[in-house]
Amino acid sequence: MFRRHLLSLALGATLALGTGAAQAQDEFIVVQSTTSTQNSGLFDYILPMFEEKTGIDVRVVAVGTGQAIKNAANGDGDVLFVHAKPAEEKFVAEGHGVSRANVMYNDFVIVGPPADPAGVAGMSDVVAALTKIAETQAPFASRGDDSGTNKAELRLWKEAGIDAQSSSGEWYRETGSGMGATLNTGTAMGAYIMTDRATWIAFGNKGDYEIAVEGDPKMFNQYGIILVNPEKHPNVKIDAGQAFIDWVLSDEGQAAIASYKVDGQQLFFPNAGG
Amino acid sequence: MRDTVMDIRAESAVAAQPLLEARGVGFSAGGQPLIHGIDLGIEPGRRTLVMGANGSGKSLLLRLLHGLLTPSSGQVLWRGHAPDRGARRAQAMVFQRPVMLRRSVLANLNFALKVHGMAGRARAARVQEALDMARLSDLASHPARVLSGGEQQRLAVARALMCEPDLLFLDEPTSSLDPASTQMIEDLVNAAHARGVTIVMVTHDLGQARRMGDEVIFLHAGRVAERGPLHQVLGAPRSEAARAWTQGRLYTGTPH
Amino acid sequence: MFSFGDIMAEALGLILTWDRDLSEIVLLSLRVTLTAVAISCLIGLPLGAVVGAFRFRGRGTVTVLLNALMGLPPVVVGLFVYLMLSNAGPLGILGLLYTPTAMIIAQTILVTPIVAALTKQVVEDLHGEYAEQFASFGLTARARVAALLWDARYSLLTVALAGFGRAVAEVGAVLIVGGNINHVTRVMTTTIALETSKGNLELALALGVLLLGLAVIVNAAVMALRASAVRAAYA
Repeated sequence: MFRRHLLSLALGATLALGTGAAQAQDEFIVVQSTTSTQNSGLFDYILPMFEEKTGIDVRVVAVGTGQAIKNAANGDGDVLFVHAKPAEEKFVAEGHGVSRANVMYNDFVIVGPPADPAGVAGMSDVVAALTKIAETQAPFASRGDDSGTNKAELRLWKEAGIDAQSSSGEWYRETGSGMGATLNTGTAMGAYIMTDRATWIAFGNKGDYEIAVEGDPKMFNQYGIILVNPEKHPNVKIDAGQAFIDWVLSDEGQAAIASYKVDGQQLFFPNAGG
Repeated sequence: MRDTVMDIRAESAVAAQPLLEARGVGFSAGGQPLIHGIDLGIEPGRRTLVMGANGSGKSLLLRLLHGLLTPSSGQVLWRGHAPDRGARRAQAMVFQRPVMLRRSVLANLNFALKVHGMAGRARAARVQEALDMARLSDLASHPARVLSGGEQQRLAVARALMCEPDLLFLDEPTSSLDPASTQMIEDLVNAAHARGVTIVMVTHDLGQARRMGDEVIFLHAGRVAERGPLHQVLGAPRSEAARAWTQGRLYTGTPH
Repeated sequence: MFSFGDIMAEALGLILTWDRDLSEIVLLSLRVTLTAVAISCLIGLPLGAVVGAFRFRGRGTVTVLLNALMGLPPVVVGLFVYLMLSNAGPLGILGLLYTPTAMIIAQTILVTPIVAALTKQVVEDLHGEYAEQFASFGLTARARVAALLWDARYSLLTVALAGFGRAVAEVGAVLIVGGNINHVTRVMTTTIALETSKGNLELALALGVLLLGLAVIVNAAVMALRASAVRAAYA
């Protein structure tokens, strides 16, 4: 009796494994991308349109930009879709990518608690705001994970001439995790947090936080798309990957991006031509 | 090289060959010698009792003879040769506490036959014989481990005998059983002896010894203190150790 | 801010409005974890039984190693499997990265030491009882392992459940090697992580309640099987 049960269990498991192997029925590509595009819901919105049109299944691995670039450099993906222009250009220069194209942009904002301990609410000069935060030693939660947002934030500290990382563990707190986790942590500790606007709008655990600093051109956040270089990584699906890039950059794809709204707000602004 | 010499010696002694023979068998554990160079032979068809005080090495000797333990010195011979797989299959052992698999009575019997190499078809009849012999037919489908102590030991004896061993070892098989259960075990063993099975049994029980023994090997402190026919060793012991034991005294001296 | 009632209502809502996406995630979780546990048992049961039943050189080392591997951090296993299966790695040619198979491999590595180490303990205890009788029977090594595993089968069910618990609750390894790809490698734990990062804490917790329910069902099913069979042959 027992033996029979065990057998059927093993059989079921083997069957399950078998269907897993058979699942690669349709053509698919792997896109290494970032948490902001995923968490904001953009991919859930635009990918079905592309899949319906081409029959190509797009599998998104959403990690920090730093990790996405490393994964793609290992050849584990066909397309890279991230937001850290200097790192993307380096990726192409090193031969891992074919070429880079602008897709869309949004902007970063700094969100903070209503008490506004650093007195930065309503500012639009991000460098001045960061300087004030550092001077008042108001808590600031950083991603600290080499992501696109993290890179942009570190660039802004540098511009302000502040070595925030030397205060790490004091008022400057590196969570070492994704945007969502950092927002969860940062809001709980009453810290200022720099986030991309799309993730913030779509974020479900805002509490009483509000946008404190926005509108500085320095907080411009550009997304780019790159086909992983098939010469370096022969497993790359050139045609399907290129088809996806072409569609994202096409009028149709750009319109799709522009039409994605959360709470009536547009999250990403296409700029493929730019 | 040494083995070859021994073998040749064994061949030449084939006339009055014992079934099982210990030659200078010694055993130490943790640097402590427990059995000291024992020489003895077990004649076929006899019922030999191993007796002695607690700690005299009875159970150890039984395990050395059966091959469950490897001697630290000397060797045990089966029909004049080093024991092989055939020797293992020609012997069986019943332990003081019956070891029952976590299976039914029937499955315990089947397991022993299967291990013994008997084909599936022949097993059924043999298993039924064993069940009848142990008077456990009604309990065949019960888990063996819910049986009473006496039933389990009957099953253990039947399981050992169903493989038709030439030699059956028993290590105090009835020491924790009531008189009725003891009687049934003794009947099973004596019936097997009547069919020609050689018996080597450890016992503490004088009454049982009188009912079951042809001869006695009396151990003291890991040595054979005395060996002889039952009535002599128990009735008129020559060794101080056996005499003390039959009189219920504690003996601490060294024999010989 | 959060109430237990809200979370239970959310969980109930999930069950009432059960949709295809949720089925997919739940079924994939079960498929990956049960397959990994089955493979772990195929490897870990005999391995544990051999270590438990036989004395050999290096036995102590193997035991320490197995016990230590029980505490392997899932993230480390995930990284290791990623490096193996990455297109830049030695097994990249197999194209298994970001597939359920990769997740099964990672969980198998996580669970096998647990199954082996616990099996070793169970079998060692049982062997202490059986050893002399088996030696008297003249059992071969293979027959000895088979008999010990069979006789320990009900304790070993609990061992398998321990492995299941570890695998089904694990997120670190499957996230790295599976990539949490929607409709492909998204399982309950990675969904919970994702919803947490989206700030949807009630939904994440409701999914957690569902996962707990799933674990309860699997455990109850196995225990019922055990109870029904244990009466037949065990004491």
